[in-house]
Amino acid sequence: MSKPEEPRSGDERDRSVVVEDGIAKSNEPVSSAIAEPAATTRRHEPHEPARQHLPEKLYEAREPVHNKRVRGPFRMFKWLVMLVTLGIYYITPWIRWDRGPYAPDQAVLVDVANRRFYMFGIEIWPHEFYFVAGLLIMAGIGLFLVTSAVGRAWCGYACPQTVWTDLFQHVDRLVDGDRNARIRLDRAPWTWGKVFRRGFKWSIYAVIGLVTGGAWILYFADAPTLFGEFFTGEAVPIAYITVAVLTLTTVTLGGFMREQVCIYMCPWPRIQTAMLDEKSLIVTYKDWRGEPRGSVKKAQKEPEKFGDCIDCTQCVQVCPTGIDIREGPQIGCITCALCIDACDKVMADIGRPRGLIDYATLEDCEREANGEEPRSPWRTLMRPRTIAYFLIWGSIGLALLFALGVRSHTGLTVSPDRNPPFMLMSDGSVRNSYTLKLRNMESRPRDMEISIEGLPGAVMWSDTINRRDAAATQIVTVPADQTRAVRAYVMVPEGTKAGDFSFRITSQDEQGETDVVETRFSAPGES
Amino acid sequence: MANKGTQKRVDEPTGTEFVGHEWDGIEELDTPMPRWWVWTFYLTIIFSVGYVIAYPAWPMFERATEGVLGWSSRGQLAEEIDAADQARVSVREALARVPIERLPDDSALMQQAVAGGAAAFRVNCVQCHGSGAAGSQELGYPNLNDDAWLWGGDLRAIEYTLVHGIRQVGDDETRTSLMPPFAGVFESAQMDALVSHVLSLSGKGQTNPVGAQIYSDNCAACHGPSGEGDRELGAPRLNDAIWLRGSSREAITRQILNPRMGMMPKWEGRLDPVTIKMLAAYVHSLGGGEDFVEVAEDPEVEVDEQT
Repeated sequence: MSKPEEPRSGDERDRSVVVEDGIAKSNEPVSSAIAEPAATTRRHEPHEPARQHLPEKLYEAREPVHNKRVRGPFRMFKWLVMLVTLGIYYITPWIRWDRGPYAPDQAVLVDVANRRFYMFGIEIWPHEFYFVAGLLIMAGIGLFLVTSAVGRAWCGYACPQTVWTDLFQHVDRLVDGDRNARIRLDRAPWTWGKVFRRGFKWSIYAVIGLVTGGAWILYFADAPTLFGEFFTGEAVPIAYITVAVLTLTTVTLGGFMREQVCIYMCPWPRIQTAMLDEKSLIVTYKDWRGEPRGSVKKAQKEPEKFGDCIDCTQCVQVCPTGIDIREGPQIGCITCALCIDACDKVMADIGRPRGLIDYATLEDCEREANGEEPRSPWRTLMRPRTIAYFLIWGSIGLALLFALGVRSHTGLTVSPDRNPPFMLMSDGSVRNSYTLKLRNMESRPRDMEISIEGLPGAVMWSDTINRRDAAATQIVTVPADQTRAVRAYVMVPEGTKAGDFSFRITSQDEQGETDVVETRFSAPGES
Repeated sequence: MANKGTQKRVDEPTGTEFVGHEWDGIEELDTPMPRWWVWTFYLTIIFSVGYVIAYPAWPMFERATEGVLGWSSRGQLAEEIDAADQARVSVREALARVPIERLPDDSALMQQAVAGGAAAFRVNCVQCHGSGAAGSQELGYPNLNDDAWLWGGDLRAIEYTLVHGIRQVGDDETRTSLMPPFAGVFESAQMDALVSHVLSLSGKGQTNPVGAQIYSDNCAACHGPSGEGDRELGAPRLNDAIWLRGSSREAITRQILNPRMGMMPKWEGRLDPVTIKMLAAYVHSLGGGEDFVEVAEDPEVEVDEQT
């Protein structure tokens, strides 16, 4: 068996370059990462030395992020958004909304058991799920709108992953101290003190997770009742399972994975990367102003040689995802603007103008670098793409509101009996049976009149209305917020031909809503 | 293949060690399972130990080893059926207590009775009466949807029919009637006249003195002077639009000469009283049910004795 790696005796040819078939073939090992695709077909021949393996690591161990505390307008804004978003999340299930005695009084309720969705004055039935689909489409286009207007503002401020990661990072700071103390503790060996400290911190994590998952289930049942049941062990198993799963995911994603979710798991940064262009507002480092970097002392000696960046790495230290913004826009940047706060503070301390790191569009950066007057970042809001997104978003919203406003709260379905299709009565008249389903979407019982249209001489009674009271119209009461099935018997005099006719229901209130369904009357002799 | 003993050899392109196995020049590389996979595998082994102890696992000659939990699929099925029966117990008890003529007063219970009766009907009754309870005119199975009743159409009468059947041999209380055959009694012209008169009762033909005379002599005793029938005797109405055995002249002639009479089995003893009650409620609900009238001279049924 020939072994390519074993040189044949007496062969002392220089192998650095071999020309064969008119093609120059290098014998130097070439990494597959840099070789042209065609190179694979030109190497790898028996007389050549084996390819050297150049390992390419696809895995990178996580570098823990210990972000430093920072103060500034953007930090304040982040606090505010956290307060508002968490406030909405925790308070919403407790808001009451009076819907009368026949419907729950919780303002926002996803009633899975009864298949109803309540949101303040709006109630949605399962067959109206397109409203929810419409809202989801609006949420999606809303993200497009926000991205085209103010870049990754969702990622930086409002995304639950960001909010909860921020919360957990504050817990870290509260328990273990600021950046340096945390780095020290991280590197320290496992002493009892560290075990206790970590145990304490992780307990807080668990409580946050529990409170997060606990609030979630309150949207799916009457909040005060479920809250009481939850602690007395009377809640349904699915409530406990949901809370357990959400506690676990909250602690895992917010407590431990953090920025890795944004960098590796979330699809949204990828989509946004494709949506950003030179007109998008991003957090960026103005390299033409900052480079080359140098300390304050060096800059004092040779001011013309150095830029404004003094390489203090404050921007890196405060970053919640642990990136260096000076490397340029990148997927790890969630544009939370904390680096702007940090850099502005440093610039103020050393007496240089603020905004070395700032919100800007790449277009404006270029203009600024060429010494032109910088434009206000607000101008980025008004451009065709943003306006187009807004118009699409707004018209979907208006269409949904319109559909919501004109929808009927009354519905009817009819299914005729097929077996037997008709029934001969003693007096020769013919009877058909139908199952009517009357839908009352109002939160109060309503009387509805069922009438027969287009079938002369027809009378009707039902499973609850005696045949003695048979008439062309009947009134039945449909319970609040329910569908009532009525078995209707329709009878016509002898000799009536088979044919189409309609059932009409009309609500007996000031709304007078109505619905008509066409169906068929079968009679003897019909083919 | 030259294996260099204990010395590890590495495959240059991939940087992976060889295992040392070689087949016709093809060598195996040592690529271990991912850690998470291996740990999952170990976990399944640990799980299986617990499973074998807790649940039936090893197949033996007769049956598998019994787990300490004592679980079996057959046992689980029995439990579930038992639970389903338990869930119905309260409804069945309530049904057993209430006299059937009082059932419509309790509309919730009536609804449950109708639903239970519909299920029982599909098992026990559709063979003759059809899945839509429309019966069969050709075979003489009555339609249960209409308002014509041979023996009465209120709840109690229907229940009685169900309990004792019709022309059920061996039941003293069964509903029974007999129409005598008239084969050879009338001449052909007389027969024609009689059929015409019978049809005239429901407005389908011309009456005539001969037919009317024969009718009042031979038929009116049971079917009534104007063909109104008699439910106590089970004599069908002749003056309505419903003909169990057909309304053509031939069909009527055949029925007079050699009457065919149907038979319905009694369900007492085959179905429990509550199921019979539910069946009665279902049949009553099909659209032709009549109200129970206290003075109606229906045969007495001791409801409570049967429970």
